[in-house]
Amino acid sequence: MLRLRNLWWVAALAVALLVPQILTNPAYRNIAVLTLIFTACTTSWNMFSGYSGYVALGAGAFYGTGAYTMALLSKHLNVPGNGNMFWLVPVGGLAAVLVAIPVGLIALRVRRHTFVVITIAIFFVFQLSAINANFTGGTGGFTLPYIPWMIQDYQLPFYYVALAILVFAIALSASVRRSRFGLQLLAIRDDEDRALGLGVKVFPVKLTGFAMSAFTIGMCGALYAMLQGQIYPQFVFDPIFDISIALMAFFGGFGTLLGPIIGGLVLESSQQYLTVTYSNGSLYLILFGVLFLLVVLFMPQGIVVFTREWWAKRQDRLASTGEVASVQGGNS
Amino acid sequence: MSELLSANGVSKAFGGVQALDNCTLHVQKGSITGLIGPNGSGKTTLFNVMTGYVKPDSGAVTFEGNDITNARPNKVFAMGIGRTFQLTRIFARISVLENMLVATQRDESWLRGLTRSMSSTSELDAAMEWLDFVGIARLAQLPAGSLSYGQRKLLELAYVLVADPDVILLDEPAGGVNLTLINEIGEKIRTLNEAGKTFLIVEHNMEFVMSLCDSVTVMHQGSDLVTGTPSEVRSNPLVLDAYLGGSDDDDIIEEIAHG
Repeated sequence: MLRLRNLWWVAALAVALLVPQILTNPAYRNIAVLTLIFTACTTSWNMFSGYSGYVALGAGAFYGTGAYTMALLSKHLNVPGNGNMFWLVPVGGLAAVLVAIPVGLIALRVRRHTFVVITIAIFFVFQLSAINANFTGGTGGFTLPYIPWMIQDYQLPFYYVALAILVFAIALSASVRRSRFGLQLLAIRDDEDRALGLGVKVFPVKLTGFAMSAFTIGMCGALYAMLQGQIYPQFVFDPIFDISIALMAFFGGFGTLLGPIIGGLVLESSQQYLTVTYSNGSLYLILFGVLFLLVVLFMPQGIVVFTREWWAKRQDRLASTGEVASVQGGNS
Repeated sequence: MSELLSANGVSKAFGGVQALDNCTLHVQKGSITGLIGPNGSGKTTLFNVMTGYVKPDSGAVTFEGNDITNARPNKVFAMGIGRTFQLTRIFARISVLENMLVATQRDESWLRGLTRSMSSTSELDAAMEWLDFVGIARLAQLPAGSLSYGQRKLLELAYVLVADPDVILLDEPAGGVNLTLINEIGEKIRTLNEAGKTFLIVEHNMEFVMSLCDSVTVMHQGSDLVTGTPSEVRSNPLVLDAYLGGSDDDDIIEEIAHG
């Protein structure tokens, strides 16, 4: 039997499946694909950073790795420009995992601010390598095999693959949250040393979570490269990407399951919409600035937590009307 | 009685401060052993060395005859040594029950944690039983951060117990809690001890230590000064000197002498 909460998920999926039937304009479909990609990334980022409290600002390294894996493999394996290229998407994810393991081995030895700074530094190592290496084509970019699909329906397959990745990311994040492993991540967030003293193998747990989150982000990068047909180091290894997905998670609710989904859907779609509508690539930055100010000022824990607490308070108020409120006391 | 846990000639310096200086401590199986001493005498550092949080410069820690000097804290816990902290450390943003479940795995592989749910029915039952034992079962679903200080102490005790350790190291279990709760915690310790658990307790509350412990070790400037039964320790002039030299707290001297 389906519970009410599960019904919501089913309804959301049904709507998501119908979106491209309503949005027939390729420009809007493109927005929808990018929105799904970013939402999957922020959900996956939050699955590690949100649960464990290790705010990583180098996710772009995995995104770019996925993108270049797609680009290089499709070229060197002579993959023809058609739907078969989608098979390289999970390969891009695996490549990101292979990158995440050594990165994690270094970065996860330190905590908090140091960890943030180290992840940023490692990210720039990747960006600079992509700019300067020969096999990436440098700043001139890298052209992927041309896919001769009709312009009108070009985005359609990408939309469904991106949706599948998002569903995967959400399912993974939800099952991690319910597993012993997820509990250990949450314990690490609250007090890592105490968790260690209660038998949690903190380092392997952190490294596994870090690598798992890289997998989805790498897949998204690969899909993005295939969608664009041409990639540049500064756009797939993009520091704005690092910050964006973190901000989306904070906006929606850092460390919650639902928060990054809402953050990604709202922020990425509005950003793309503003960019397309006003053909102004930086207008969204102003809107984002205002939005984030509001969130930080009025709901620092994000929309989801804020709404949940507001609702709980409301219920409490309704329940306790007429009662003498004496919650205080308690002897210990 | 046989020896369960011991520190032999342990030394540890932090920079220029000799926190532990050739310190030796024996905990007999089935005992309640007290560890007292003035502030800064190295009690907590000794706890940290014995539970793997701090590596000693020299000396050894043994548990059931095995050397565990360089074992990591998770390994130490898995072997059956549980501890609490002086400043209670709980996981504030997860529920009380989830706090309990963190500790239930003992030496499970971390990969196993990926594929299993948070708890099995038996683990859940055990967690609730221990919460009931310390008297906070009704708070199981609340976020642990909403507990009062005393309730946090109880939770910390409960989640150490849930993994069924052989010996439990308590760092100031009576610190900062009211008299009723102190007595309650003392009762719990006695009950558990009768059921076979061994305890090592650091505590400043002399009445608590003297009434509860079978054996008391007094630490002074990083080494063990005197070991004996509570009455032996109480009448030993060296102990009075240690406290006299270490602090001006007349009450404590009064307490040791007459408490």
